[in-house]
Amino acid sequence: MTFSDSSVFRLEVGVGILSSAVRLATPYLFAAVGEAIGQSSGVLNLGVDGIMLLSAYASFFVALTTGNLWLGVLAAIAVGLFMGLLMSLISVTLKAEQGISGIGLYMFGLGASSLLFKVTIGTVKTVVGFQPYKIPLLGDIPVLGKILFEHSLPVYAAFAVVPVAWWFMDRTTWGLRIKAAGHNPAAADSLGVSVDRIRYVSVSLGSILAGLAGASLSLALVNLFQENLTAGMGFIAVALVYFGGWRPVAIMGGALLFSTINAFQLWMQVLGVNIPSDLALMLPYLLTIAALALAPNLARQPTALNKPFERGEH
Amino acid sequence: MPVEAEARKPSRKSGSSWLEPAYGAALPALAMLAALLIGAVLLLLLKANPVEAYAAMLNGAFGSVFGLTQSMVKATPLLLVGLGICIAFRASVINIGGEGQIIAGALMATWFSLQLRTWPGWLLLPSTMLAGFLAGAFWGLIPGILKVRLSVNEILSTVMMNAIGTQLMNYLLRGPMIDPAGVRAGTFLPQSERVPVQVWLPRLIPQTLLHAGVLVAVALAVVVYIFLWRTTIGYRIRAVGQNREASRYAGINVPVYQALSLTLAGGFAGLAGVVEVIGVQHRMMDGITSGYGFSGIVAALFGGLHPLGLIPASWLFGSLLVGADKMQRAVQVPSALIDTVLGLVVMFVVGSALLSRRWAARRATANRAEGGQP
Repeated sequence: MTFSDSSVFRLEVGVGILSSAVRLATPYLFAAVGEAIGQSSGVLNLGVDGIMLLSAYASFFVALTTGNLWLGVLAAIAVGLFMGLLMSLISVTLKAEQGISGIGLYMFGLGASSLLFKVTIGTVKTVVGFQPYKIPLLGDIPVLGKILFEHSLPVYAAFAVVPVAWWFMDRTTWGLRIKAAGHNPAAADSLGVSVDRIRYVSVSLGSILAGLAGASLSLALVNLFQENLTAGMGFIAVALVYFGGWRPVAIMGGALLFSTINAFQLWMQVLGVNIPSDLALMLPYLLTIAALALAPNLARQPTALNKPFERGEH
Repeated sequence: MPVEAEARKPSRKSGSSWLEPAYGAALPALAMLAALLIGAVLLLLLKANPVEAYAAMLNGAFGSVFGLTQSMVKATPLLLVGLGICIAFRASVINIGGEGQIIAGALMATWFSLQLRTWPGWLLLPSTMLAGFLAGAFWGLIPGILKVRLSVNEILSTVMMNAIGTQLMNYLLRGPMIDPAGVRAGTFLPQSERVPVQVWLPRLIPQTLLHAGVLVAVALAVVVYIFLWRTTIGYRIRAVGQNREASRYAGINVPVYQALSLTLAGGFAGLAGVVEVIGVQHRMMDGITSGYGFSGIVAALFGGLHPLGLIPASWLFGSLLVGADKMQRAVQVPSALIDTVLGLVVMFVVGSALLSRRWAARRATANRAEGGQP
């Protein structure tokens, strides 16, 4: 290893790493914030990765055939909604064990996206995705401008989702109802709130965000689709929810930490620093496990998480 | 209404009521049928003839000796992974880590047998299998300890362990363990050297790939059945899964049995990896898991989380996988269709738990009425 190589420490490298980190956080932000909303209502949706895959495919295919990126985004939203309703049907209406139904949803998304990709596209093609847009004035700030304000629209949107989700969850009646459904469904039910309806809405909302995560991947970050494009990103997003203790801002912190390590690792490869890349790729997962083990967040866990609600049960 | 509430009580108390669909074979079969029907709709959308496609599948799986034996070859890792899933789920511990555990077992078996290639077969073969089992078990032990010591959700940690296993495999198969022949030939395929001939599992039928691993797997299914239902440890594992609180009051060390069940689950998945190496590929290679870590869950659910039920269930899913390959060739529909259908099967099977519980409740009510009790 040549850590002494001074080029590693040059400013532009640091800026490059941080700028990549902001960019790479995008899909995690969408997916993890969405998952947090679903989990807050008491539903563990492990199918995020499957939703991301199918919506990444759908948005890519639509953008490729119509040449319109926005129609692609719309397709991702539609797929997300569809998958969310499917998950809700199984886990909320039919009260299935959520961990397993989520894995079923993941397998469905993985299989369906591979199937449709092979049939309709076949080979790896690329689209011209969302282009970086330098925000006037803010983009001119030295160093920070380059890191924060020269990104494509989906990147900004992902970071905008964080405060919106915080406001929605902490400052609106709907947010309170969602938390009530997740923390004490029996009490919510006795107050005349339909727990099932709230869970349907929360899971669907979360799944739509997972859909946007998929679209941001195929239309802004890599501008292509291939089989298993996400390679488990959706599962990382679920872990980030635990890491961030179901709070959007803390989740953003986790996502950025995660993506910074990823970006660092990518840049090390670009610079030819000799760490076996496969081992470096292991690092984020090890870190996630460590974070899950050390994060003192379990007290915040929605008490009814992963517990189907049935009337008259308590 | 009070009667119905009463009748439902036992299933609610158990805390693992989703296990119960299990006991009726009818619902999984219906779930399968529903998923295959949706598969047919997908085929129509893909402009393929579903009758033709499913006929090709049946023909591929059952139409020839090769198809029949190949189904068993694919059923073997499914059965082994499924046995582990079964043990974990019986303790109400969810093991999603099959993929990583398969990799751990396969890597260890390969490395171990190559290191000790001078050993005679009678010694090397069993010790290789044991080594692979232990490696898989270790891959399950880590999430097990994290769960009981640090309350880390095992679903998440096993998923992370999958990713870590995959990266470890990528590293080893492209670096330290790469086949020297591939390096010399300049192909640099991500695969290991061939394992020594004396650990290859014997073929049961000439001209097929059917190997002795299938017998090992079936024998182990019986062993796991006896273990779970006829031994104290097995009883405690199931008790922990049925009712954690009651088990604790009964003096069972709940964390130990939870960690143990995850460790055993890892061991069986590791063994599946061993069998793939010494029975089928004769070397470690990229993609050795073929998704068995996930499809093993499907087989386990389908087999009612019962070791003996798993034997026909994994054979059925093995046939499905073999049939899918044939379908791909016959009607040019990618075999990913079957992965899609499997995902639906999982959702439908767990989704039917509620229905089966309601049916059970209704039966219980009816029985009680017959017995003359209110």
